Amino acid sequence: MNEINYPMRGRSVRRKIVQIAATAGRAHMASAFSIIEIVLVLYDKIMKYDAQNPSWDARDRFILSKGHGCLGLYPVLAEKGFFPEEELFKFCSSKGILGGHPEHLRVPGIEASTGALGHGLSLGMGMALRAKMDQLDYKTFVLVGDGECNEGSVWEAALGAAKHRLDNLIVLVDYNKHQSYGPVKEICNLEPFVDKWKSFGWEVREVDMDQPHQLETLLSSEVNYDGKKPIAIICHTIKGKGISFCENNLEWHHKSKLTPEEIKALYQALEE
Amino acid sequence: MRKRCLDTVYELAKKNNNIVFIGSDLGIGTLDNFKKEMPERFFMEGISEQHLVGMAAGMAMNKKIVYFNTIATFITRRCFEQNIIDLGIAKANVRLIGNGGGLVYAPLGPTHLAFEDVTIMRAIPNMTIIAPCDADEMQRAVIASEHYDGPIYFRVAKGGDPLVSKKEHGFEIGKAIVHRKPGEVLLIAMGVMVERAIRVATSLNAKGIEVGVINVHTPKPLDQKTILEQMRHCKVVITLEEHTLMGGLGSAVAELVAEQKHQSHFKFKRMGLPDVFPDQYGSQNDLIKRYEMDVEAIEQNVLSLLEN
Repeated sequence: MNEINYPMRGRSVRRKIVQIAATAGRAHMASAFSIIEIVLVLYDKIMKYDAQNPSWDARDRFILSKGHGCLGLYPVLAEKGFFPEEELFKFCSSKGILGGHPEHLRVPGIEASTGALGHGLSLGMGMALRAKMDQLDYKTFVLVGDGECNEGSVWEAALGAAKHRLDNLIVLVDYNKHQSYGPVKEICNLEPFVDKWKSFGWEVREVDMDQPHQLETLLSSEVNYDGKKPIAIICHTIKGKGISFCENNLEWHHKSKLTPEEIKALYQALEE
Repeated sequence: MRKRCLDTVYELAKKNNNIVFIGSDLGIGTLDNFKKEMPERFFMEGISEQHLVGMAAGMAMNKKIVYFNTIATFITRRCFEQNIIDLGIAKANVRLIGNGGGLVYAPLGPTHLAFEDVTIMRAIPNMTIIAPCDADEMQRAVIASEHYDGPIYFRVAKGGDPLVSKKEHGFEIGKAIVHRKPGEVLLIAMGVMVERAIRVATSLNAKGIEVGVINVHTPKPLDQKTILEQMRHCKVVITLEEHTLMGGLGSAVAELVAEQKHQSHFKFKRMGLPDVFPDQYGSQNDLIKRYEMDVEAIEQNVLSLLEN
């Protein structure tokens, strides 16, 4: 198997995102930047899918439950061939299919319409249960935000998935430790986060997304644990990752009026 | 009605492997036969309506036809955002079965009264609403739902209600039933109010007043054509619903009437619940009487509108 050069892949996706943001003038930039390596590991190495036949029944399912991070996903879907690249540059426009939150029936490769938080894990659990019912061996991956874990429905789903011992359901938490207004630990503390998932009946692993190979290795191997359980992977990420002045800077959670100077600075930072 | 509804789901599931049943925390023994014979498609998942609508949608977006049952207030209000996004936007084949639509839970008080369920569900694009008038009609409705495209909300009445629907009228989702052809008066009714409308019609007929009855078992999509055709020659048109007057069947018909090119020549009245939380307990019938929707009140309204 080919070795993935994640720093290079990550830079290329980030460059594309800046290009899109420059065209659209708006973006949930930092929220997208923190998930890029997770998306790359899944689509470059782990998931089975057919971009020419997005509804292929044996495909693995991926739900971006934190839908506002969609700019971290769209460029990868375009690159894989789910839709033409020119769609990226109609982002949020009346002529395009790609909105500020992903839509299932509009965009090939998008499994669920998300954006309102706390929906994805229940949807994913329904998909995982369906695989069990029909004896299909696809996996369902759900990427949730840390702020999203404020929502009670996430924990309702966590209880349900554990009850059914859904070992074909994998939650990836984008734990960048910042939500819109401030640090997660100040707005609505999730700690002890690993213990919470464990006590809900999940198998838990932690990975440092500065080392994307950690996640790749974990997902490529059979996770070794006793008994069948759903798996939560706490991905330690950095909000705004890849651009020094965006990192952990909440000014960049969402930007709606990007100036030419800001765009220039973003491009420059990517070259650093 | 609820039992007939669930029994029909069970019968459909025996023949269709894609049918799944989900309950929240229903009464002990509910659908035991389903659980025993098709355990892999039977889910009793706990009091978590938001999560369960999402879970149902996840299955439905992957080929399943999912019947999800709990109390009407919880299945409409508590998970309203999931109803919009996971069912409405996704056009998911999930059938929400809401026990106790209207005033059924009168003794339990306003937290359990689904008096505005049609209003809120009606506002969701792609959502179909079915409010059968009796158990026989519920059975026909559930059978019709098997191959229907998109989400459905079933408003379930109390049970043990008098059987008034007729087999020969058939059942098609979205097609109102002219139960009785109108004369000078037309009553347009939904759910258990259909039976009351029929009683009024029979009673007034004996007094020489011809009263027609339309059973709008599907308040959404509203069968505009049948309603407009039947009201054409009437002097009095009254809508009847065990539901708030804010946005339900009466509102839907009023919207239709108001937008006609020619001004209506008939007197129009909506009968239903006023914009208040019911101020007493008792039975469903007690509240129907308290808010002047009983047979006597309907008859009185017909007579006074005919006179003035």
